[in-house]
Amino acid sequence: MSLQEEVDLLRRVPLFAKIEPAKLKLLAFTSERLIFAPDDVVFAQGQQGDAAYLVLRGSAEVLVDTPDGPLTVATIEENEIVGEIAILCNVPRTATVRAATELETLRISKDRFFGLIEEFPEMAIEIMRELAHRLETTTGRLREAHAAAGDRPAP
Amino acid sequence: MEHAQKGDGGRFMENSIFRYILRYSGPQQLYLIAVTIAYYPFLFMSLELPKIIVNEAIGGEGPPYVMPLFGTAFHVNTTQIHFLLTLSFCYLFLVLVNGCFKYHINVYKGQLGERLLRRLRYQLYARVLRFPLARFRKVGQGEVIPIITAEVEPLGGFIGTAFVDVMFYGGQLAIILGFILLQDVWLGLAAIAFYPLQIYLIPKLQRRVNMLAKQRIQNVRRLSDHIGESVSGIVEIHANDTAQLELSRFTDRLGRIFHIRYEIYRRKFFIKFLNNFIDKLTPFFFFSIGGYLVIQGDLTLGALIAVLAAYKDLAAPWKELLVWYQQREDVRIKYEQVIEQFHPPGMLDEALQSTDAVDPGPLEGDIAINVSLSDEDGHKILDGAAFTVPVASHVAIVGDPASGKSELAMLLARLFPPSSGRISIGAHDLARLPESVTGRRIGYVGANTHLHNASIGENLLYGLKHLPAAPDALAADLADAEAQAEARAEATWSGNSPYDYAADWVDYAAAGVSGPAEIPARLIAALRVVKMDEDVYGIGLRGCMNPSENPEIAQKILQARATMRDRTRAAPMAALVERFEKDRYNGNATVGENLLFGAPLDDRFDMDRLAEHPYVRRVLDRAGLTNDFVAIGLRVAETMVELFADLPSDHEFFQQYSFISAEELPDYRQIIDQATRGVPLSDESRLRLLSLPFMLITERHRLGLIDPPMQERILEARHAFADGLPPELEDSIAFFDEDDYNPAATIQDNILFGKLAHGQAYGARKIGALVREVVESLDLRDTVIEIGLRASVGIGGSRLSIPQRQKLALGRAVLKRPDILIVNEAAEVFDQRTQEEILENMLEERRGQGLVWVMNRIVGAEHFDQIVVMDDGKVAEQGSFKSLAESGKTLNSLLRVA
Repeated sequence: MSLQEEVDLLRRVPLFAKIEPAKLKLLAFTSERLIFAPDDVVFAQGQQGDAAYLVLRGSAEVLVDTPDGPLTVATIEENEIVGEIAILCNVPRTATVRAATELETLRISKDRFFGLIEEFPEMAIEIMRELAHRLETTTGRLREAHAAAGDRPAP
Repeated sequence: MEHAQKGDGGRFMENSIFRYILRYSGPQQLYLIAVTIAYYPFLFMSLELPKIIVNEAIGGEGPPYVMPLFGTAFHVNTTQIHFLLTLSFCYLFLVLVNGCFKYHINVYKGQLGERLLRRLRYQLYARVLRFPLARFRKVGQGEVIPIITAEVEPLGGFIGTAFVDVMFYGGQLAIILGFILLQDVWLGLAAIAFYPLQIYLIPKLQRRVNMLAKQRIQNVRRLSDHIGESVSGIVEIHANDTAQLELSRFTDRLGRIFHIRYEIYRRKFFIKFLNNFIDKLTPFFFFSIGGYLVIQGDLTLGALIAVLAAYKDLAAPWKELLVWYQQREDVRIKYEQVIEQFHPPGMLDEALQSTDAVDPGPLEGDIAINVSLSDEDGHKILDGAAFTVPVASHVAIVGDPASGKSELAMLLARLFPPSSGRISIGAHDLARLPESVTGRRIGYVGANTHLHNASIGENLLYGLKHLPAAPDALAADLADAEAQAEARAEATWSGNSPYDYAADWVDYAAAGVSGPAEIPARLIAALRVVKMDEDVYGIGLRGCMNPSENPEIAQKILQARATMRDRTRAAPMAALVERFEKDRYNGNATVGENLLFGAPLDDRFDMDRLAEHPYVRRVLDRAGLTNDFVAIGLRVAETMVELFADLPSDHEFFQQYSFISAEELPDYRQIIDQATRGVPLSDESRLRLLSLPFMLITERHRLGLIDPPMQERILEARHAFADGLPPELEDSIAFFDEDDYNPAATIQDNILFGKLAHGQAYGARKIGALVREVVESLDLRDTVIEIGLRASVGIGGSRLSIPQRQKLALGRAVLKRPDILIVNEAAEVFDQRTQEEILENMLEERRGQGLVWVMNRIVGAEHFDQIVVMDDGKVAEQGSFKSLAESGKTLNSLLRVA
């Protein structure tokens, strides 16, 4: 994939839709394109986060450690971004992300990510929208889980 | 056997340079004087002969000719021409004889001086090796080094002339003076009237110069100590921004030296001035008083002229004597200053380093310790610390850092003596055991081991090199053997070490092997004990090797390469590596690497500046690629300018991604500007553009500039490059060849024979694991470790990490299999798990042999036979871990802290 193709691809990502092409080109050029084999761990829960990953091709699972073993909480598809929470809030990775298929990603370093947000506030709004959406989903799941647990006798 | 150290016995070195010279070169000095005396008549004759030639042979009045020789007049009856020629040839002969004498005397003087200097340096160095350790807390290496190297240097020059010059000039002076006195006592006395004044005055003045010279020496030593300190403490200087402070301190020292020097010059030249003045004072009296007497008629003019001539003759040797005196004073001060430094109290008894000591056999029985130790201020570090343990047991010594446990371990290794008390091992008093016993039968590893700037393997073997296996053996080759014997004879002349440094020093029996062939396996076994095999394996993989010296290893590596090829043929590994193929463009290598398709063996091909290489340019021209490369370079420059234009110049991207530094960006902008306006580019601009494509990696940079047709053309150029390589460049590059080991590449690269693919997550890790697997499947791991053993550790071990250095030190101690192995806080730099693992391995390795382990962090203490708990310089508790953990107070309090 050439740089130009990558730029075209990035423009289709909602997060980057409003960013001017020259900046996207710099982003594409300076960001590492990383291909993960199926079952490769992109990052593990508890690690320090130093980058976010944009999925260019393939899909990945988001896993959370529970006492009963890892639990899949979400799936990341093409054009979605993952791993931004740890670099936004400076907290360890909140979940493990594992490649479900062969996974092609663009690794955006923490500095680059913040640089873009500073330059393009639209991106921040987009990220807020995405995070709010995820919070909504997670809250919904928690509610369901709570209801399910209520049906069972307490251990 | 004759041994070097016998030369100066246990006595102090001579406290005067003359005694030193006489002691070691008395007969030689006598010989020099004798030769000089023998030379004298010939010198006299060669001065006399020209006069005879001019007066008798040329200006003579015919036969018989008178030839005065040695006070007798020979009457020769011959023709004038014949006489002239005879005398001329005599003159020529005399010139030759004189030349030979001078040559012989000078060479002899030089040789004598160098031999004595060699002896002196050797003795000083040998004394350094016997200095008490405390000495090195006060004297830096910066002070010791210039003493042995620079300060004694002028002594060498003086030694040869020490006696012969004073004899020569003194004799000359005496003869001339005697001659004058014979002719006229009063005239003679007048000529030397001022000598007593000079003899009285000059030493007085010289004394002050001597004092200054002493100060100068001390200041220069401090200066070099300061330099040494700065070199070893360079990190602190950078980390604390103290460069200005150090510079100012240096300035201060230079200033002091300058003032001393200046003062010396003033006084020295004043002495000279005074000498000259007194010299000229005598003629003044001759002129005035003598002239007056002549005019009065009390003295004949002839007599006055004779006195003046005599005085002139006396002046030269007298001046030389004064010079000799000043030189002597200078050298005397230097020698005294040197000797003073080399007589510290508490030097190790010389007999303890003697090679004559009888081996008392293995150390057995009990170690019984009862010692006290005070530091320089009288503070007690150990205060009657006493315990007894069997030699062949495992003992852990614990306690807080100020408890004296570390010093106790050093006493046990006999690194310095206790202030009072004694340590006995079996029936032996440790203080009386020679180093040939303590250094072989006891192993010691401290917290901070110094490594020598040699290979890892050499450093491991260092503990086995006590004496050459066959000290008297000569090389097999006759010429070598002769040179060797000569070197040995010369060393003996100067009382140096009789041992050949190039000999095989390794004590194989001590390592438990029968010969050199078993050493690699033994080294690897020792590395395993200290868990360093993995480190050295990694170093070996990154190391290079000469295949012509190790054809079998090269063959095995090629086998590994073939296996690797098979293993990376299919998914998922296939995606991780792109192998070198002669007829395929490698997208993960730079354009330059693709063109060369080999690794440079020396600096004639600089991968970063290929575009400037004339042969590379020729290949590009022939392939018609030059203009295309310039065009691609322009596109690269455009992209870079476009992408990086707005970035601040210190942005990390310039370092990470750009081929163009921030400073160069405006230049390139100008070049692009010119190109778009169609202005022809200068040669320099074209070269700058031309050099850009060489750095492109298609898979990494994804600029789409090196498209498949272009790749095809670069491939053609690659072939042309190899085919047309001129003979003078043939040994500058090792081409990648599937069937050949590449000497310019590392072992790892030789196995991989390709490039890691860009953008593959964990590619390096996965391929690394595969390489390991392949290496192990072919039983190559030990071979790779052996190559790693040849890697240099750097100055002071700087190329190894600190834990690696400590592992190496432990490995060295394990290798020599001592009866008692002392580990003195040497394992504290490891993380706890490594420390535990190494401890376990060491306990296993040392089963049935002594192991004394001093630890700060109490790890694995339960595995030891005995625990000795130190507290405030005393043994607080001693016993098994179990009993102490149950009932002991001090151990339990230490365990709670830990």
